[in-house]
Amino acid sequence: MQISIREALRQAMCEEMRRDADIFLLGEEVAEYDGAYKVSKGMLQEFGAQRVVDAPISEAGFAGLGIGAAMAGLRPIIEMMTWNFGIQAFDQIINHAAKVRYMSGGQFKVPLVLRGPNGVAHMLGATHSQYIEPFLTHVPGLIVVAVSTPYDAKGLLKAAIRDDNPVIFLESEFMYGDTGEVPDEDAGEHVLPLGKGMVMQEGTDITVVAWGKMLKLVQKAAEVLGSEVSLEIINPMTLQPLDIQLLVDSVNKTHRLLVVEEAPAFAAVGAEIAAQIQDRCFDELDAPVARVSGEHVPVPYADHLEKAALPSVDKVVRAVRQLLYTDADA
Amino acid sequence: MKKNKTAAKKFSTTEAKFYLKLYRQILFLRRFEERVHIAYTQGKFSGFCHLHIGQEAVCAGVQAALRDSDYVISAYRSHTQAVVKGIPALAVMAEMFGKATGCCRGKGGSMHMFSAERRFFGGHGIVGGQVPLAVGMAFKINYRQEQDVVVCYLGDAAINQGQVLESLNMAAIWNLPVLFIIENNRYGMGTDIKRTTAIADLYERANGFGVAGGKMDGMDVRAVFQQTDAIVKQMREDKKPYLLEALTYRYRGHSVSDPATYRPDGELQEYQDLDPLLQLRRDLLAVDGISAEQLQEHVDAVKQELRAIEQQADQAELLPTAAIYEDILVDSERVQ
Repeated sequence: MQISIREALRQAMCEEMRRDADIFLLGEEVAEYDGAYKVSKGMLQEFGAQRVVDAPISEAGFAGLGIGAAMAGLRPIIEMMTWNFGIQAFDQIINHAAKVRYMSGGQFKVPLVLRGPNGVAHMLGATHSQYIEPFLTHVPGLIVVAVSTPYDAKGLLKAAIRDDNPVIFLESEFMYGDTGEVPDEDAGEHVLPLGKGMVMQEGTDITVVAWGKMLKLVQKAAEVLGSEVSLEIINPMTLQPLDIQLLVDSVNKTHRLLVVEEAPAFAAVGAEIAAQIQDRCFDELDAPVARVSGEHVPVPYADHLEKAALPSVDKVVRAVRQLLYTDADA
Repeated sequence: MKKNKTAAKKFSTTEAKFYLKLYRQILFLRRFEERVHIAYTQGKFSGFCHLHIGQEAVCAGVQAALRDSDYVISAYRSHTQAVVKGIPALAVMAEMFGKATGCCRGKGGSMHMFSAERRFFGGHGIVGGQVPLAVGMAFKINYRQEQDVVVCYLGDAAINQGQVLESLNMAAIWNLPVLFIIENNRYGMGTDIKRTTAIADLYERANGFGVAGGKMDGMDVRAVFQQTDAIVKQMREDKKPYLLEALTYRYRGHSVSDPATYRPDGELQEYQDLDPLLQLRRDLLAVDGISAEQLQEHVDAVKQELRAIEQQADQAELLPTAAIYEDILVDSERVQ
């Protein structure tokens, strides 16, 4: 069936909540308002106010509530209206969600999903246009998942809810309406493994890795490039732990790698991918690993400035040509 | 807190038995912390070490009012709270020594004691950070319609952390059974609480959140037990949170490296005159059939017990270094 990412996420939560009474959804506007981005539409009616809970604007507080409830045996889904606001909860996420299992010598588990939109939307200014994956993939004790299609939105969220670890689940305001094919419910449960990526398009010349909106950008760039180049496009799906073997296998075939990400390049996920690939595939590489990233600036407001600060189809096309040494300016 | 020594109260026979047990427990906690201090200065372990000496009546009295299944969570001054919640003192000391037999396998240390089995949910090192967790634990109690309560200890200076205030609000709007206990020992590290907080009675913060609040004499274990007992009984019925301020005093510095020179002359003595052990001893000796010799037997027994504990903690094994990779994530079956 063709459904939106919004619907895929809703289905994932509803199916899991029907299966397991310990799962509840809590966050700002998730119940009576149906979710700030309508992801939880109708869930209050189905599950009642005890399991779909409107929270006060206290991100640190209710993230911590989720951690405590998870330690005590429940399986909370905590919605961050956006991950920009979720930054308020970084103390809870970094100092508690990620640490209590380790510091207790393995006595506690924290089966918790913290989900919400991440990355730049459009003309919201710098505080509303951030990407948290560079921060949180850095923290041992967390799983970080990035959603790119309805197929992986549903399958990964169901897996995240079933996982016994804290999972940071990254969505995008701009992608909730994107539609795509998701297996029908009667075809069996659609649960994808965490920690495994996916080849979205097979190719032979360059491996391109991207997630979230950047994956769409890469797919558009591939259309522009047409038969000029054969791109192997990889959706990592889980950023921590990263399916590095999938990338290694691909680079050993294509001998070139381009990482496209929205965050500034410095110490971001692409930097880690570049380091690991150059470590593991040094003899296979025909060119240095290339990156297209956001500029190292707070994301500006004005449309033309915002565009200038972010990766674009043109920047990706140009990077591909440079990697193949076919760009006249290269 | 300026007050005169409380007058001796006559215990009934049942009370005498109950408070004799508490006397023994507080004595044990006092000697335990003193041994920890010596072990630290002998270099048996390092890092931060926050002693509870002077404040023991609070956790001892509170625990006496709880059921085994009730939850406790605390901050980083929590060796004694962990012990009274039922974590073996040996496991707590071994944890400080970084041993495999420590209650957290040597991965938590002095500030981070945990026991899932005893429902002691830590031992947390970030001021105020444990308080939202307590709200979540109480959320589970109500979600599953259980009868337990959560006791959440916090220090006086934690009352100025935003997360604590967020937690009071959440506990109030959702009627969550959390007994927030401020252990007001008058100093946030070395800063007099009066210099950082405009209100004198910290429990009054509760008023702003529609939460009931009150204070108690944290040097008097009888007051602690009786007040906590009444609050907890009520909480099991109405599921409403309570903010309880225990007025107490830290005889030592913030941590073992702090000589506490910022305190005015005489202040320590003022509180030592109210020492919970002194008060209990006086009242127990007024009971027919309890003699000074009998109390001394407890002193000697505790000494022996602790000597053995320290020796065992000393001799315990260390984890192999490969264990650094354990306990990070649950290797859960990711797809069922």
